Amino acid sequence: MPNFSLQFWHVWPHLDALFQGALLTIALTAQASAFGLVASLVGAYALMSGFKPAATLARAYVEVIRNTPFLVQLLFIYFSLPTIGIQVTANQAALMTMIMNFTGYTIEILRGGIQSIPATQLDSARSIGFSKVQTFIFVVAPQAVRNTYPSLTSQFSLLLLGSSVVSAISAEDLTAAANYIQSLNFRSFEVYLVTAGFYLALTALCRITFAAIWRMTFHRWE
Amino acid sequence: MEVIVRYLPSLGISAGITLMLFLVPAIMGAILGLLVAVMRTARSVVLRELGRMFIFVIQGTPALLLLFIVHYGMATLGVRLAPALSAAVALSLYAAGFLGEIWRGAIEAVPRPQWEAAKSLGFGRTQALLLLIAPQAIWIALPATVGFLVSLMKVTSLAAIIGVVELTKSGMVIANMSFEPMLVYGLIAAIYFAMCWPMSLLSRHLEKAQHATR
Repeated sequence: MPNFSLQFWHVWPHLDALFQGALLTIALTAQASAFGLVASLVGAYALMSGFKPAATLARAYVEVIRNTPFLVQLLFIYFSLPTIGIQVTANQAALMTMIMNFTGYTIEILRGGIQSIPATQLDSARSIGFSKVQTFIFVVAPQAVRNTYPSLTSQFSLLLLGSSVVSAISAEDLTAAANYIQSLNFRSFEVYLVTAGFYLALTALCRITFAAIWRMTFHRWE
Repeated sequence: MEVIVRYLPSLGISAGITLMLFLVPAIMGAILGLLVAVMRTARSVVLRELGRMFIFVIQGTPALLLLFIVHYGMATLGVRLAPALSAAVALSLYAAGFLGEIWRGAIEAVPRPQWEAAKSLGFGRTQALLLLIAPQAIWIALPATVGFLVSLMKVTSLAAIIGVVELTKSGMVIANMSFEPMLVYGLIAAIYFAMCWPMSLLSRHLEKAQHATR
């Protein structure tokens, strides 16, 4: 017989576990986005470089990542690496897969951002004696990030939400904490509902953080 | 290699389950999503806000958690569904949230004067929406809709976590039995790729076609 009386008080004693999980979710997302951003700038550069093999490789990477499920990528990394002698913990595998996955989406976004930079800027950078690499780091990369900031922000939110899947390989994120709590108190509906609230709050936090970063950095250029 | 040959029939069957987990939510999600899009563009504030709330919650919650709430959560409340049914329900809601938002954008992207023109010809709001706005909105929404179907196909893999034996789950089982995780997960990824890539290409092609006509 369905019984829809909700008993949220079973959740409150376990809030600290949820906060712990949320911390790892935040840490994973922050690290994956930082490393992923750098990796995807390199990827975008490769995609646009005249060097054919690098461009093809970057293209293939983007297509493979975008057209396969995150869970399968995660399982592949976590269970395949030990077979070639690389031992990784669940959390490490989670971080690696998140970086790889995130990169597949942001390469394409950043490429668009790089292409929107006028060629004259590259010429002026060269004319004041910047090397190719310097031009990329000081002229191209910051503007590429600024030009694509809204798309990047939504990718960060998607990364945050997608990270819940890492609980499947027993990484100890927010969703894993929820799984653990509901195994103790058997109030899965309430536990998952509160967890969903956590994720909503985290995405809101993510938006606020990015708006703040925007104000502190790129906004000053205007 | 022997592993692949031995398990190919069971992979075929589970690929069929994945396809069902894709098709049913795609259709149910389309119906629900249409409702949400119409609500979002309705004149009533209450309907608009309800639609907005629905999209906000669905898009702000991980798809996996949606599956957990429908499968484990509802079971706590006494509504026990089979894993595959739970997955279909959760994925339908997921699809409705995203398609609803895509289609709302498309309806609003149809230029305002089109509504006024319809009104001046004596069309009612519903008539205008169905006969004039919808055909244009469908064209506008097509690339993003196909693009979302790729996401939906990938998200079906999460059903493995609540125990539906679809492609990913049978990959997990076979990888465990054969001790060849790299080979098996590589193959599973390749099968997903074969199902997703054509849709990705189609989405990109449609997008280009639209830029050409505008």
